[in-house]
Amino acid sequence: MQAKEIVVPTSAISMLRKPDPLADTQMTVSMGPQHPSTHGVLRLELVLDGETVIKATPDIGYLHTGIEKTMEKEKWQQVVTVTCRMDYLNSFGNDLGYVLAAEKLMGVEIPQRAQDIRVLLTELNRISSHLVWFGTHCLDIGAMTAFFYAFTHREKVLDLFECVSGARLHQSYFIMGGVRWDLPENFLAQTQEFLDGFPPFLDECKRLVTGNKIFQRRTKGVGIIGKESAIDWGLSGPTIRGSGVNWDIRKAEPYSGYDTYDFDVPVYHDGDVWSRYKVRMDEFAESWKICRQAVERLRQPGEFMANHPKLKLPARELMKQHIDVMIHHFLLASEGFTVPIGEVYQTIESARGEIGFYVVSDGTERPYRVRVRAPSYVNLSALPAMVEGSLLADVVAVIGSIDIVLGDVDR
Amino acid sequence: MGLETKIGEVLPDVLTTRLDSLVNWARKSSIWPATFGLACCAIEMMAMTDPRHDVARFGAEVFRASPRQADVMIVAGRVSIKMAPVLRRIYDQMPEPKWVISMGVCASAGGVFNNYAIVQGVDKVVPVDVFVPGCPPRPEGLIWAIMKLQEKIEREKVFTEEPAKTMVQLA
Amino acid sequence: MAEETGSRNIVPRYIDASPIGARFAETVVEITEALGEVTVVARPEGLVGLMTYLRDEPTLRFNYLSDIGGLDLGEFASPRFAVSYQLYSLDHNHRLRVKVFLDEEDPVVPTVCGIWKTANWLEREIYDMFGVTFEGHPDLRRILMPADYEGHPLRKDFPLKGY
Repeated sequence: MQAKEIVVPTSAISMLRKPDPLADTQMTVSMGPQHPSTHGVLRLELVLDGETVIKATPDIGYLHTGIEKTMEKEKWQQVVTVTCRMDYLNSFGNDLGYVLAAEKLMGVEIPQRAQDIRVLLTELNRISSHLVWFGTHCLDIGAMTAFFYAFTHREKVLDLFECVSGARLHQSYFIMGGVRWDLPENFLAQTQEFLDGFPPFLDECKRLVTGNKIFQRRTKGVGIIGKESAIDWGLSGPTIRGSGVNWDIRKAEPYSGYDTYDFDVPVYHDGDVWSRYKVRMDEFAESWKICRQAVERLRQPGEFMANHPKLKLPARELMKQHIDVMIHHFLLASEGFTVPIGEVYQTIESARGEIGFYVVSDGTERPYRVRVRAPSYVNLSALPAMVEGSLLADVVAVIGSIDIVLGDVDR
Repeated sequence: MGLETKIGEVLPDVLTTRLDSLVNWARKSSIWPATFGLACCAIEMMAMTDPRHDVARFGAEVFRASPRQADVMIVAGRVSIKMAPVLRRIYDQMPEPKWVISMGVCASAGGVFNNYAIVQGVDKVVPVDVFVPGCPPRPEGLIWAIMKLQEKIEREKVFTEEPAKTMVQLA
Repeated sequence: MAEETGSRNIVPRYIDASPIGARFAETVVEITEALGEVTVVARPEGLVGLMTYLRDEPTLRFNYLSDIGGLDLGEFASPRFAVSYQLYSLDHNHRLRVKVFLDEEDPVVPTVCGIWKTANWLEREIYDMFGVTFEGHPDLRRILMPADYEGHPLRKDFPLKGY
């Protein structure tokens, strides 16, 4: 429909002529990049007719950091310092994806204990990422209390991360070959305490938010995307599982020993914000199950790092006594190790969906190309299909439900 | 600056210093940040508002989405070259008095990312009052920054005239 | 289940691509396999036909485009650019990689937006970062860099710190 412009008249005589009240008025509004509800620096160009969205065009790149180019200059083992900063809520997940890809290129086998540690920390990270989603999504819709509840519990998870790696958000604890060091002594006890206190918190959240009629009215039937459309747009993670596609990479293409854990994959079929909300709420419980199983396995001792000459730094006592060990340590620490020529595409299931690492090696000590397939990038491209035709307030609910992280979108 | 200088000229010094303290106390106890969370530091900024760290004790929990209602802009995260003009525009839209806290090493100096896409320090774009190191800084670190900013606001002279100084003295 | 040396990652299943190579003999240049992953190297000219077949053929059914990645082989390499399509089938749970090599002077490849809508933003990013043009793309403009930016950052001759 052609938009008729309303011209604000400047002359005194023309001010007597009132504008036609039945004329179509379309207004182009820029939502963002500085906006409280866009979950970061996202700019949406919305063409609005009153409150209805006629056209929505995302404009991204406001957080583009050049991470893929930065990764080409870092040595293989140093890249984990940068990968966690892409999807900053799921830093363990990003590290895991890169590390698995690089280990595949090298052909390294990871010891069982290292795999279990990785699974435990990745699932704890999924819980903490979903807690941020829960808090901010409910905050955008108007339920501010949920934000404080979610963040209070998230602090407990961040305490666990700090216990194991020293950092709350960007841990760089996973490295090629395993993990940096073994778990501290009190870590399992603290984790057990957190896991015991988690189900009552989940029940509380369900009582607070899930049963709330206003929340249901704002989320049911909003932002619908059908199953075929979701597959065509390349959605992944909880976003596509809310549209009825039963696909979880942890089950379909298991990595890091996930096929030995007992958990379910929640799938709902309506394709709206409410379905995606329920998927993520159920994922809390599934991650909790996996964490409990991992904690039981980690009570047995084991190796935390593969015994590969290129990856495992030699013991310090040996290094101080023998010159050849010292040369080995020196070369590994200064020049770095080389990875055989090849290319690999490794995907894992992050909290947002399929994160893929296409790593190309040219046989030197730095990666030649690390291409990151970011789940939020592809999920966000389907936003216009979800919001066109709905109200402006629904745009906020939909952005929260696809759970984008702009660091992941823009890299 | 008209009313303040007039008052400063008319009233005796003992009253203007009292007035200064009063105004600075009011300003420092209710610094309202503008939401300018960009990247990972934004999550720690949100964590600063949670019950464990509780920035509400400092009067700064009211995050205003509109810069016209905000006092301080906490630049939390890496500023890309596409975002830099937006940053400047939001800063210009804030009314006086305004301050800027540069949170994290990416905002302070480019951080881990010394490349084509990131502005190496937001002080190239806006004047900064407090820099906070960290990647990301702990919420306690950001609260330290707010407290340092409060000390800086306390030292400001609104009605009293600045005496000419040859050497900078920290109170 | 756990062995002493630790359990390996179960490698995702890649299909045997030789029937595709036989059927599209003029488009497919070679088929390689390494580390359990199968790559079909194709010519840009017949790419759309090949991709449509990969999506629609019932035994293959690659209905999900995981990723399109760009690669710069160096300013003195010929061909210089490579565009790598990662395909996945949700129905059969198998994967395939299709790669296209392009010259430096005229890096043009037909778009696959008509086959998978995912390709829209993925191709825009490769255009932005490498300068590869996708023929037939509905909206080919920069996506991550500012609209008036000059240069393609992920090329190997573009310095890390920019200009």
